[in-house]
Amino acid sequence: MNRIIPIIRKEFIHIRRDFRTLIIIFIMPVAQLLMFGYAINMEIQNITLAVIDHSESPASRDLIRAFAGSKFFTVRHFDGGESRVGALFQNRQARIVLIIPQDFAATIARPVATKVQALIDASDSNAAQAIRNYADAILQTYNAGRGLAAPFEVQTTIQYNPTFKSTYFFVPGLVALILIMISALLTSVAIAREKETGTMEQILVSPVRAREIIIGKVVPYILLAFMDGVIVLLVAHFWFKVPIIGSVALILGAALVYVFVALALGLFISTLAHTQQVAMMAALIISMLPSIMLSGFFFPVASMPKVLQWITYVVPAKYFLLIVRGIMLKGNTLAQIGTPLLVLLGMGIILTIISTKKFKTTL
Amino acid sequence: MMAPYAVQTANLGKRFGKFEAVKNLNLAVHAGEIFGFLGANGAGKTTAIRMLCGLLLPSSGNGQVAGFDIYKQSEQIKQHIGYMSQKFSLYDDLTPAENIEFYGGVYGLQRQTLLQKRSDLLEELGLTELADMTTRSLPLGYKQRLALSCALLHDPKIVFLDEPTGGVDPEARRNFWDLIYHMAQQGKTIFVTTHYMDEAEYCNRVSIMYQGEIIALGSPQELKQKFGKASMQEVFIHLVDR
Repeated sequence: MNRIIPIIRKEFIHIRRDFRTLIIIFIMPVAQLLMFGYAINMEIQNITLAVIDHSESPASRDLIRAFAGSKFFTVRHFDGGESRVGALFQNRQARIVLIIPQDFAATIARPVATKVQALIDASDSNAAQAIRNYADAILQTYNAGRGLAAPFEVQTTIQYNPTFKSTYFFVPGLVALILIMISALLTSVAIAREKETGTMEQILVSPVRAREIIIGKVVPYILLAFMDGVIVLLVAHFWFKVPIIGSVALILGAALVYVFVALALGLFISTLAHTQQVAMMAALIISMLPSIMLSGFFFPVASMPKVLQWITYVVPAKYFLLIVRGIMLKGNTLAQIGTPLLVLLGMGIILTIISTKKFKTTL
Repeated sequence: MMAPYAVQTANLGKRFGKFEAVKNLNLAVHAGEIFGFLGANGAGKTTAIRMLCGLLLPSSGNGQVAGFDIYKQSEQIKQHIGYMSQKFSLYDDLTPAENIEFYGGVYGLQRQTLLQKRSDLLEELGLTELADMTTRSLPLGYKQRLALSCALLHDPKIVFLDEPTGGVDPEARRNFWDLIYHMAQQGKTIFVTTHYMDEAEYCNRVSIMYQGEIIALGSPQELKQKFGKASMQEVFIHLVDR
């Protein structure tokens, strides 16, 4: 035990004197959060809508006014005819084109379904989806205003994030990403650096045991990763007003389990890598990419191809995201997050066993 | 149990896949001896020394260091050996004082003893003035002596030096050999690898390794006589160019 303290103390000196590490630890998380919080806004406004009105009736003008009145659309009339609609999209003069047929006024007066056509530029598919939803909403309001109730009515209530704030969505993912990055990247690089300079060899000829070295190397990063997690949560909660409905202690407890998995991953990488370069590349590929792409951070797991869905089962961030979103936005309790928490614990234990075994034999 | 030798091996071997790095190594190094372990680069010297220091598990054979078995008692061996490699394994971003504190702590030295040793060593190495500089900015000769001091903090009986004079200038090399003699006078066993043949002349006994095997063993005087050569340099060239 007495031999662990000098290792921890030395590691803190390294961190204090290494400018790059300090930036990664303290500036990057806040910068990322601000970027996600301010720059990335999922809500789209001022969508240019081109109207081709073959009806030119009071009824069709009513419909167009409904679009013009919403803050989402900027309406412009287009007289070029359907054949030139393609050019509108090509030249980015419209993102949605609304075509009102000649018999619009006549059919809408009768109790039959009336058709209008909407063409949407889906080169940005997420935006296209949003545009479609806005257009549907406006058409529904229009119908309701005319007293034409649909055979049944769907009332949608959005729960947990009723205003679709993007920070609500990003913060849990960012906590997951930052914790795994700090833990896995920095520990694996720190160990690889000692192999590169030969100091690891020098430590291993001393009576220090492998587990003492491992504990001494990872404890500083547990503390730092934890501090980062707390910083991100504080900024998210007090600056961006993201709610934390569930227990803060439970989030921190789950974060501890997750950090354990991430550190074990870092250790595992360090047993494969002999230079800092290799460790860094491996850590980026193994920890960051899956945490961003395959965790459900940006892209829902359920909409991935089957093969990718299988891979997500071994992505630790996926489980942590379920836990953090559950606690922060839905107020989940321990009973509700038990399964993903156990999966993480199992991953951590397996990785630790493999890496401690490999640690001694791979120098 | 007491072994008569500081280092003793019987048919010690190490194989990496199909490559035999060390074959049937048989050595017996006396306590207090300066034993030179010679060979060209890639001859298997470093592999052999790493097995003796417990950094690498042998594939075959037996060995004892400081009377302890290299398979079963590596923890005890580590208490009694010092090791310094050609890389001068110091932390560049730490000051000399911090390096000494760290290695002292790793060897479990008492706080009081460690602080005393630290100031003694800084004084001895002429580093008291430079104590706040990072090790990165020290001249190579200073780094070399600091690395040796760190390897000796726990006062080991046997000292393994793996090409300790690599890259330093001739004068620093001479000074370093003065230190080696000093250590031997204190009763320490010195096990040193080198590929500088002039350094071989300073050893009590040398072994010459070639492609994983020892092809000659004896005092420099005996070897020169046996092969009828004037210097160890010529002996080495004679043996390796056969």
